[in-house]
Amino acid sequence: MRTSSAILPWVARLAILSLAVGLIWGFFFTPDDYRQGSTVKIIYLHVPSATMAINIWAMMLVTSLIWVVRRHHVSVLAAKAAAPIGATMTLIALATGAIWGQPMWGSWWEWDPRLTAFLILFLFYLGYMALWAAIDNPDAAADLTSILCLVGSVFAVISRYAINFWNQGLHQGASLSLDAEENISDVFWQPLVISLVGFGLLFVTLLLIRTRTEIRARRLMALKQRERLG
Amino acid sequence: MRALLARDLLLAMRSGGGFGLSLAFFLIVTTLVPFGVGPQTELLARIAPGILWVGALLACLLSLDRLFQLDFEDGSLDLLAVSPLPMEGVVATKAFAHWITTGLPLTLSAPLFGVLLNLPAPGYVWLLASLAIGTPALSMIGAFGASITVGLKRGGLLLSLLVLPLYVPTLIFGSETVRRAIDDQSFSAPLAMLAGITLLACATLPFASAAAIRINLR
Repeated sequence: MRTSSAILPWVARLAILSLAVGLIWGFFFTPDDYRQGSTVKIIYLHVPSATMAINIWAMMLVTSLIWVVRRHHVSVLAAKAAAPIGATMTLIALATGAIWGQPMWGSWWEWDPRLTAFLILFLFYLGYMALWAAIDNPDAAADLTSILCLVGSVFAVISRYAINFWNQGLHQGASLSLDAEENISDVFWQPLVISLVGFGLLFVTLLLIRTRTEIRARRLMALKQRERLG
Repeated sequence: MRALLARDLLLAMRSGGGFGLSLAFFLIVTTLVPFGVGPQTELLARIAPGILWVGALLACLLSLDRLFQLDFEDGSLDLLAVSPLPMEGVVATKAFAHWITTGLPLTLSAPLFGVLLNLPAPGYVWLLASLAIGTPALSMIGAFGASITVGLKRGGLLLSLLVLPLYVPTLIFGSETVRRAIDDQSFSAPLAMLAGITLLACATLPFASAAAIRINLR
């Protein structure tokens, strides 16, 4: 708690700074794409939120594993705190994608593998959060949601490949990858990386705040229980 | 294990909810779809594999919340937990009993409902085969969902929210097999993937479900 309270304001400031720089640079100081026009600028929201949506689930998987193996309470509370953020990121990615897709593809929604996989990821987030909300006993809830997260991850990966098999894609390939010679043009690339960092820091900020809240709620519950017993 | 299987089958049959109910539900789903999309036979023939698979999946889902709930409420699950049979075996047996009472009748009756939807002739054999291979996975995944929600008072709705996303790959490969068989394409790939999912589910999920039940019994 002490470390996180020391770190939190700095991470928050950095997040605001890099988001402001990345988004303002991206929205106002980059040229329009010659085919997509100004709609290309939605990339500064769409790509970072989509990246975070997947990475937050991966983080929940790791923290759930830590809970199952080491029984570290903060770990599972962090997973619980991360889930709504991840669901929101998924929703942002889907919504910005739809807004971009309407003028570009001519439809708000296509049953494209990437889109469908994200919709299913969103359902996984919903199920995970609903399970947390449904169970009263905190330890049982932590155990059951961790099991669900582990099994869900396996099935999410299988679904991803099954969906690829089911329908050919309309969505373009990765805009950024480490092994490519040149990704998208540098003009777009630099603000995009800054917004990616900004979204990452934003997630860390929100996660710290939410986890601290969860820890305090847990302490409060313990105090109330002690009062009732004593 | 055999005694438990016999007991579950007997209970399902005596209570009258086992075989009949999910079949009737399946019939109603296949009857309702033409009302919704219109009676054109060409259209129905094209969407028949999907409807039959979705119908079978929903009918399977319907009986899941009873899988462990009754035993949990009357305490037999606690007795099973202290019996020499490991919890993994109990889960696998119960999932198998669930498959015999829902998956098997659904599979056997699906061709009949295929006639209602004007399913093209090459589809029947592979509808039967894909359901026979895929429904054990549905039962096993469902048993996992049921074991997670067993301690909850109103677990039914949550159960479907948890289980349906897990059903996605099974549904895709199952209906894709039938669709490809109808279109005279090669369908060995989806059929093999379907079998792979079933084997994966049967091999790993009993352990996850047993862990979930132990947590719920704590």
